[in-house]
Amino acid sequence: MSDGTRGTGDGNEPPDDEAALSARLQRLGNRLAQANRPSENDSGPRQTADPSAIARGFRLSAELVAGVVVGAMIGWLLDRWLGISPWGLIVFLLLGFAAGVLNVMRAAGIVRERSLND
Amino acid sequence: MAVDPIHQFQIIDLFPIAKIGNTEIAFTNSAAYMVLAVAVIAAFLIGGTARRSLVPGRIQSTAELTYEFVANTIRSTAGSEGMRFFPFVFTLFMFILTTNIIGLIPYAFTVTTHIIITATLALSVFVTVLVYGFWKNGLRFFNLFVPKGIPIYILPLIVFIEVLSFLSRPISHSVRLFANMLAGHITLKVFASFITLLGGAGIIGMVGATLPLAMVVALTALELLVAFLQAYVFAILTCIYLNDAIHPGH
Repeated sequence: MSDGTRGTGDGNEPPDDEAALSARLQRLGNRLAQANRPSENDSGPRQTADPSAIARGFRLSAELVAGVVVGAMIGWLLDRWLGISPWGLIVFLLLGFAAGVLNVMRAAGIVRERSLND
Repeated sequence: MAVDPIHQFQIIDLFPIAKIGNTEIAFTNSAAYMVLAVAVIAAFLIGGTARRSLVPGRIQSTAELTYEFVANTIRSTAGSEGMRFFPFVFTLFMFILTTNIIGLIPYAFTVTTHIIITATLALSVFVTVLVYGFWKNGLRFFNLFVPKGIPIYILPLIVFIEVLSFLSRPISHSVRLFANMLAGHITLKVFASFITLLGGAGIIGMVGATLPLAMVVALTALELLVAFLQAYVFAILTCIYLNDAIHPGH
C-alpha cells in the first residue's frame, strides 16, 4: 500500500507479493521435505529387487562363480606358497563354493543381509 | 563384409603418450571414448546447472532428475550417512551410464566391455569400503565376518566363508557389468550380420532378412534398458557395500 513505485494497475494483487511468494515457497519446501522423509531409511539396507529377470539371472550366476573363483585362487596360492598341494585347493574350493552359495542366497533375499543380523 | 563379432572390442593405439621402461603408453580408442564420456557428462551437468532457474528447463530438469535418482538410491540403501559418498556413487553411475549409452551408437566403442575397466571401478569401490571401514570402525570392522548367534564350533568355518564371500565381491561386481555389455554387443553384431548374409541370397533371402532386422531393432531397445539397468545395479551394489563400511555388524 505504501509502495508507490509498483504499478497501481494490479489492485487485486497484494503489494507485498515478493514476501508472500517467498513465504509460499518456504511452505512448499517444508511440505516437500515432509513428503520425502518417509523414503529415507536410516536403519540399514533394504533388499533390492532387480527389475528384470535377465539382470537377476546374470547377477546370481556371477555371484556363484565369483565365490568359486576366489576360493580356487586362494587355495592355489596357498598350495604354491606352503607346498601343501593339493589340500589348499581342495579345501578352499569347497569353502569358495559355500561362499558362492551364500552370496547367491543373499542376492536372492533367501538369507537376510548380514548387516541386519542383530 | 567380414563377420567378426569380436572385432568391435579391439583396442587401437591412436598416438603414444609416454614410455615407461620398455612399455609404450599409448592413447587408445578406449581412452578417447572415456574422455568423450567425461566431456558429455561435464557438458550435460554444467549446461544443466548454468541457468539455475526456479522452473527448470529441459536440461536442468534432467540433471536434477539424475541427482534425485542417485540421492534416493543412496538414502534408501545406505541411509543418510551414506550421502557423504554421493560424489563417488554419482560419478560411477554417470560414467557407466554414459559409456554404455555411447557404446550403443553404431561404430562407437564400448568402454565397459573390457573387464580391466569394470574391474578397476569395482576395485576402487572395494578399496574405499576397506579404507573407510577401518578408518571409521577400527577393528570392529571385523564384526562383519562374525555373524551373531552362531554356535562356537562352526564359527571358524563360517568366518572363512564370510571372508571368501567378502573377497568375491569385486569379482561379481565387475564381471556382471562386463559380461552384460559384452554379451549384448556380440548378440547385436551376430544378428546384424545375419541381415547382410541373408540379403545376399536372392529375393527369398531379402524377405527372410526382415526377421533378423526386426530382432536387431528389438535387441537395441533391450540393450538400452540393459545399459541403464547395469549402471543402476552397479550403483546400488556400491551403496550396499558402502553400507557395510558405514555400519558393520549393525
